[in-house]
Amino acid sequence: MSELHRTPLRDFHAAHGARLVDFAGWEMPVQYRSILEEHKAVRRAAGLFDVSHMGEVDVRGPEAGKFLNYLVTNDVAKLYPGRVLYSPMCYPSGGVVDDLLVTMRGPDDYFLCINAGNVPKDLAWIREQSSPFAVTITDRSDDYALLAVQGPRAAEIVQSLTGAKLGLVQYYHVTEGTVAGIHCVISRTGYTGEDGFELYHAAGDAVALAEAVLAAGAPRGLELAGLGARDSLRLEAGYPLYGHEITQDISPLTAGLGWTVKLDKGADFIGRDALVAEKKNGAVNKVVFFKTGDRRIVRAETPVLGANGAIVGRVLSGTLSPLLNESIGSALVTVAAASEALVVDIRGTKLNLHLVKPPFVELKKAPQ
Amino acid sequence: MSNVPTNLCYAKSHEWLKVETDGTATVGISDYAQSSLGDITYVQLPKVGAVLKAGEVFGVVESVKAASDLYAPAAGTVIAINAALDGAPETLNTAPYEGGWMLKLTLSNPSETTTLLAAAAYEQLLG
Repeated sequence: MSELHRTPLRDFHAAHGARLVDFAGWEMPVQYRSILEEHKAVRRAAGLFDVSHMGEVDVRGPEAGKFLNYLVTNDVAKLYPGRVLYSPMCYPSGGVVDDLLVTMRGPDDYFLCINAGNVPKDLAWIREQSSPFAVTITDRSDDYALLAVQGPRAAEIVQSLTGAKLGLVQYYHVTEGTVAGIHCVISRTGYTGEDGFELYHAAGDAVALAEAVLAAGAPRGLELAGLGARDSLRLEAGYPLYGHEITQDISPLTAGLGWTVKLDKGADFIGRDALVAEKKNGAVNKVVFFKTGDRRIVRAETPVLGANGAIVGRVLSGTLSPLLNESIGSALVTVAAASEALVVDIRGTKLNLHLVKPPFVELKKAPQ
Repeated sequence: MSNVPTNLCYAKSHEWLKVETDGTATVGISDYAQSSLGDITYVQLPKVGAVLKAGEVFGVVESVKAASDLYAPAAGTVIAINAALDGAPETLNTAPYEGGWMLKLTLSNPSETTTLLAAAAYEQLLG
């Protein structure tokens, strides 16, 4: 087995009692104290997440905007300097290569944030697709560390460490400034459903920044939060995770991400033909979100049964919602079955899936 | 370091058993087990009156991470279950040897418990 990658905060995590696990080839904290408690701390006050494993890519050049609009399904032409966009990028089949954030830093200057487990695949794909365009693609993943401060008190905590006027930074916008004396790209984004900031900074500054945010945040209820809470927060918010709700075989339309697929943006993009056809002809399957009224977790790959007991789909993600105190999840089921009563069998007990339009809990923020 | 009380005996599958003065036995899972599982979210226990064989699956404990079978450390008949765990499974994380007890058994063969590990041997198993 190859060595796990480590973020600059690996020893910081260990010193704070983290349980470190292999996540997409990275040694990452899955939890410190308790996944459920960390989750609740983020909804109640704030959490600090190390997401330095995420990949960063610079896309620069006179055709950078044009190229990105061809690469992703959402409309990059709507960006202006300082604006961030969430989008899938698709294969010609309409299946998803990855989902990512596109930030416009300036004219002809864009910045991508991609999933850790997809960095080599994404870079190869992006470079291959970019060849007809006047752009330069640079992998910056090793240069940046990334800390996410998320929760209703995140703004207050980050503001206490920076002179940047965070009140002027709207959701899905960035500014640059120093936080605790460390130069950061301060991005008002996140994947928890809460207000918050993602702080991109030089890898060598990560420990100092984490210590400063923890010191400023702890008196305000901030807790260190691991990937376990990050997953339950995103699922409770109804956000897709690559490899679960969106995959090479699950298109953004099937996943319910139609709002990120701009078929009429006035530019061709990879996967457009397949997605137009899917929209016109209707999809075979759809992603649904469910709750069970029971605490038994319905785990990924559990078969979903229709009214007559036949298998009509499978579970994609499942966890216990710490706020609802019942198990929640997502499933891929046939469109025909999605209006039927759906059931799963958990160790001999039949649980009914009650379909829910996410989010499962009231959120302050959603991707834009 | 895991807490391994010396007055209990242990199964290699991480259940503990305490022989009470009246000859009945109380069963739960060890501090090591709860810590490995992480946040415990659900516990499924047998009904009172159930007859368990040694090593038989008597229930399931679920955490955010995974669901794990529970194995009877000794044969016996279930005379009580800890119903409070149904509403508060997290007690298994906070008090695995006290509030987190799972079953009380009348042992079929009290001498059988000698095959379980003493605290020192269990601690050695944990390494």
